[in-house]
Amino acid sequence: MSKKKAVIRSDMTRAQWTWKEMKRNKVAYAMVAPYMLLFTLFTVVPVVLSMVVSLTNFNLLEIPDVVWLDNYIRLFLDDDIFILACKNTLIFAIIVGPVSYLMSLMVAWFINELPPKIRAVVTLIFYAPSISGQVYLIWGTLFSGDSYGWVNGILLDLGLISSEIQWFQNADYVMPLCIVVALWTSLGTSFLSFIAGLQGIDRSMYEAGAVDGIRNRWQELWYITLPSMKPQLMFGAVMAITSSFGFGGVVTALCGFPSVDYAAHTIMHHLDDYGSQRFEVGYSSAIAVVLFAVMIGANMLVKKVLSKVGQ
Amino acid sequence: MSKKLRTRKHKVVLNRSAGGDAGISVMLILLGAFMFLPMVYVVMQSLKPLDELWMFPPRFFVRNPTFRNYRDLFMLMNTSWVPFSRYIFNTVFTSVVGTVGNLFFSSLAAYAMAKIKFPGGKTMFKTVRMSLMFHSTVTAITSFIIMSMLNWVDTYWAIIVPAWVTSLGLYLMKQFMETNVSDAVLESARLDGASELYTFWVIAMPMVKPAWLTLIIYSFQDLWNKGSSIYIHSEQLKSFNYAIGQIMAGGIKRAGAHAASLVIMMLVPIMVFIISQSNIIETMGSSGMKD
Repeated sequence: MSKKKAVIRSDMTRAQWTWKEMKRNKVAYAMVAPYMLLFTLFTVVPVVLSMVVSLTNFNLLEIPDVVWLDNYIRLFLDDDIFILACKNTLIFAIIVGPVSYLMSLMVAWFINELPPKIRAVVTLIFYAPSISGQVYLIWGTLFSGDSYGWVNGILLDLGLISSEIQWFQNADYVMPLCIVVALWTSLGTSFLSFIAGLQGIDRSMYEAGAVDGIRNRWQELWYITLPSMKPQLMFGAVMAITSSFGFGGVVTALCGFPSVDYAAHTIMHHLDDYGSQRFEVGYSSAIAVVLFAVMIGANMLVKKVLSKVGQ
Repeated sequence: MSKKLRTRKHKVVLNRSAGGDAGISVMLILLGAFMFLPMVYVVMQSLKPLDELWMFPPRFFVRNPTFRNYRDLFMLMNTSWVPFSRYIFNTVFTSVVGTVGNLFFSSLAAYAMAKIKFPGGKTMFKTVRMSLMFHSTVTAITSFIIMSMLNWVDTYWAIIVPAWVTSLGLYLMKQFMETNVSDAVLESARLDGASELYTFWVIAMPMVKPAWLTLIIYSFQDLWNKGSSIYIHSEQLKSFNYAIGQIMAGGIKRAGAHAASLVIMMLVPIMVFIISQSNIIETMGSSGMKD
């Protein structure tokens, strides 16, 4: 039962040929069908649906009216908290995304030359916080607002402060602390991808590089290592960007909702607030669409930048 | 060029200065401390007796370790009105069914996309890859609408079925198959008359063990760490992670038991990772995005 690829013949249009190819590959369609059906239902349809619903005033109770861009106009011109949320989200993403990315890359690079056993242990130490569920709540204990919190205790004991600081209830500290905690949990998939990428580089390239006049490890990193692991850099960037926009859960768990003076209020919180608490589905869909656009935009931008590595 | 060559274990090391080695070691130790100490602190807190938990000034390390907090935790579990075993069952059940389904559906589709050329295959993969670029909160509200139309709100299905089709699972599996399953072997099997399904299951799947282990672990971790969900209202269907979070909500007196619960929750994913680390790293070797 050997299968021959349909040949493009002159008496066949492209459409006919495609149809023939499709019939020949029935099995392939059957194999992707379950996945693609469910994927469409739970990922593609929700995205498209958000775009559609964002043009209405749907609220789960009444029959929705089409309001076109009213939701977006209200968002950008009439909703100060949304603007604040945008600002916070961007600060958050602009710090956490690149820092966690560079941290993953640097640590992966540092440990690359360690003996395999030690490397495995160090990998575990750096990776563990990102997979350990809610263990980040320990930061709430470390920075607890009473004198039994470790940080307050130490500072009081040393006489650096005279009364306890309410770390997570103070608008000045909330944002930086959340960023630190987010960074702590951020060495995830991209980190592992970098380790693998570094391991996969052909050693002889380094020897050839040394002969060609590469004189230190930094030149080696820039001219040989990074260009050879570009695909991993790309993948890691996507993972880092996506998660840098998704730390809302950490913030809520540590600072409560809403955070004090909305100091750590992100677009995700705003979305949740209008969507699952006020049931303004149309309005919250507009928020979702904006967030979607920002994430995709950030990814496209970073892809452009990364294609310049090693040049 | 008469540069003095440095050696490490009798092997020549190119382009490595001693100063650089030292600097990198210091950086690594500092970053390592930042990552590791909070984890140590959780364990320390969980082993502290009451008087050490409420001591001023607080100490980082425990002096008289005790398992009292763990005992308290189990006592607290027994007082919940839904038996705690029910929460554990919920988490284990959704984790196992979700993971098995994900492995099956994702690798089936990944195989077709990686190894069979058919019109539309590339576009489908690109769509899935694109979905890696946004966080699932974007779709939370409209997914809820879909779940209610399916009448799946407040059932296990709302948790399990979406877990069957993770984008990352399909992505990693497809990339790994592309580089690690040789076309020649598949072609000869097809010439021998093997069906595509047989080739997939009997020939390709055994070649990608690291990838399915990775997929299992990612999927399992995700489901294991699931806390409260917008789809689940009934107390009887809620997860272990959620229930354990409620212990913390019980107030400040439970700080010790709470630390113990965090240790128990983190133990499972960490053990799983220790066992599977080398396979995951191998899978990540082909995770790169080429365009």
